[in-house]
Amino acid sequence: MTGLRADLPLLWRQIRSQNRTFWRTPVAAFFTLALPVFFLVLFSVLFGSAEVADGYRFAQFFAPSMAVFAACSATFTSLSIGTALARDQGILKRVRGTPLPPWIYMGGRIGSAVWIAVVSVVVMFAVAWVFFGFILPWGSLGVAAPVFILGVATFSALGLSVCTLVKNADAVPAVANALFLPMAFISGIFIPLDDTPDWLIVIGEIFPLKHFADPFGNSFNPFLTGRVLGWENLAIMGAWLLLGLVITTRFFSWDPRGAR
Amino acid sequence: MVPPAITVKNLVKRYGKVTALNEISFTVAEGEVLALLGPNGAGKTTAVEILEGYRHADEGDIEVLGFHPAAGGRAFRDRIGIVLQETGVEPVLTVREVVELYGMAFSRRRPTDELISLVGLENKADSRIKTLSGGQRRRLDLALGLVGDPDLVFLDEPTTGFDPAARRKSWELVEGLTALGKTILLTTHYLDEAQHLADRIIVLKEGRIVAEGTPETLGSAQAVTTICFTVSDPKELPALGDGPHVEAARVTYRTAEPTTDLYTLTRWAVQQGVELTGLEVTRPSLEDIYLDIMDQATHDGAAE
Repeated sequence: MTGLRADLPLLWRQIRSQNRTFWRTPVAAFFTLALPVFFLVLFSVLFGSAEVADGYRFAQFFAPSMAVFAACSATFTSLSIGTALARDQGILKRVRGTPLPPWIYMGGRIGSAVWIAVVSVVVMFAVAWVFFGFILPWGSLGVAAPVFILGVATFSALGLSVCTLVKNADAVPAVANALFLPMAFISGIFIPLDDTPDWLIVIGEIFPLKHFADPFGNSFNPFLTGRVLGWENLAIMGAWLLLGLVITTRFFSWDPRGAR
Repeated sequence: MVPPAITVKNLVKRYGKVTALNEISFTVAEGEVLALLGPNGAGKTTAVEILEGYRHADEGDIEVLGFHPAAGGRAFRDRIGIVLQETGVEPVLTVREVVELYGMAFSRRRPTDELISLVGLENKADSRIKTLSGGQRRRLDLALGLVGDPDLVFLDEPTTGFDPAARRKSWELVEGLTALGKTILLTTHYLDEAQHLADRIIVLKEGRIVAEGTPETLGSAQAVTTICFTVSDPKELPALGDGPHVEAARVTYRTAEPTTDLYTLTRWAVQQGVELTGLEVTRPSLEDIYLDIMDQATHDGAAE
C-alpha cells in the first residue's frame, strides 16, 4: 500500500496526533495561544480604546501584528522546541525505525503547527472584534491569506533549522527566543518603528518577520493608499524559506546524539 | 536453501580514531535467536544500529532480509521490529494511542487490543505514558517493536533494569516470538539471558568477536573441568592438569581431560589409602567461561 493516496490519511493522522499532544501540554498551549492574546488585551487597554481615526480603534492596527506574533510562536518557537524535545527523548529515533516516511512525520509536525497558528489568528481576531472594535474587511483576506501561508511556511522551515543546528534540546528554547523576540521588536511587531535609527531598520529588513508582518498588517489597514504587498516581501521571505529548507533537509539528524 | 536473515561480512565502523567494530562477520539464520553478548562499550549497540539502518558502516557487506539496511527504506522497515534502549514515546498520549500511532505505517498490523494484552498492559491501555512504571514502559517498548508483525526483531537489552518476575515474563514473551518463527537478534550483558533465550551466542569485546557458539558449546576450548577435594596431608599429590593447587587442606586441579585424570587420581588415592573428602567434579558455569573469554581476549589484545 504505497502512493500518495495511501499516504495522505497517514499525514492526517500524524497531524491529529501532534495536535492532541499539543493540547495536552498546557505550557505549550499557554505560550503559543494565551500569551499573544494577553499582549493584545494588555496593549489595547494600555493605549486606550478610543478611536484612532474614522471609527477605527488601536486594535485595528495591533491585532494583525499580534496575529503574526502568535503564528510565528506556533511555527518557529513551538515547532523548534517541540521537535528538539522529541529528538532528545528518542521519539524521532523510534519513528525513524518504522516504515512511516520521514516527510509524513515532519509534515505532521508542521501541519499541526500551522493549524495552531490558524487557530491563534482566529482567536486573536475574535477577541479584538468582540472587545476592541476590530473590523475585518473580508476583501483583505485575498492578500493576507497567501502572505500568511508563505509566512508560516518560512517560519516552520526556520524553526526546524534551529532544531537542526542546535543539537542540545535544553538550549533550543533559549536560542529560539533569543532570535525571535529581538526580531519581533526590530520588525515593528510591538511598537511602530517611527523613531528608530536607520541602521536598525535595515537590520530588521534583512530578517523575514518584517516582510511577514508588514503586508499582513497592511491588508487590514483601511487608510493605506499605497501598495499592500511588495515584491521584496515575497523575495526575502522566499529566500529565508529556501535557506531553512536546505539546512533542514541536508543536516537534520533524527538521533538524540547526532549519530549518522 | 533459505538464505540467512542477516549476513554480515567484515563489518568495520570507526568513530574518529576509535574502531568500534573491527572486521565482524556472522550470519543469522531465519528463525534463529542470536545473542550478541558483551560488556558495555563492546560494540553491540553499534552493530545492531547498523543492521537496523540507523548508522552507516565504514566497510563490509551487510544484508538484512535481502536489503541493505541503510538504503532499505520503507519496505525494509515494514518487515523489522526494533526495541531499543532509550527511545521515548509521547508522555501525554495513552498506551492505546501510541500503539496505533507507531503502528499506522506498517502494512501488517497486529490488532491493538491483542498486542496490549500480549504484553500485559490491559489495565493501562487508556492511561497516559507518563503514569507507567519503568517495567511497564519497557513492555510498551516491546509492544511497539511488535506492532508491525515483523519477520525480524531487534531487541537491545530488553530486560535491563527489570525485577526477576518481569524478566521471566519478558523471556516468555520472547520465547513466544520464536515459536512463531520470528528471527531475533538480541543484545544483552546478562549471561543467563543469552543462555536462556539464544540458539547461538556471539561474544563481542572491544569491537571484535572473541567467541561464538551455542550456549552448550560456547568456549569449549576454555572449558576446563575443576576437580576439588580435601586431604589431611596434602603432600606428594600426583601432578595432573595444571595442579595441584593447594590452599589450606583444599586441593584443586583444572584439567582438560577429566576422565583420565580422575582415574589417575582415584587410583592413587586408593593405593595410598587416602580419603578425598568432599570430592567435587564441576564443569565451569557459563559465567566462568565468559570471564575466561574476556580475560583471554585482554591477554591477546595486549600481546598484539
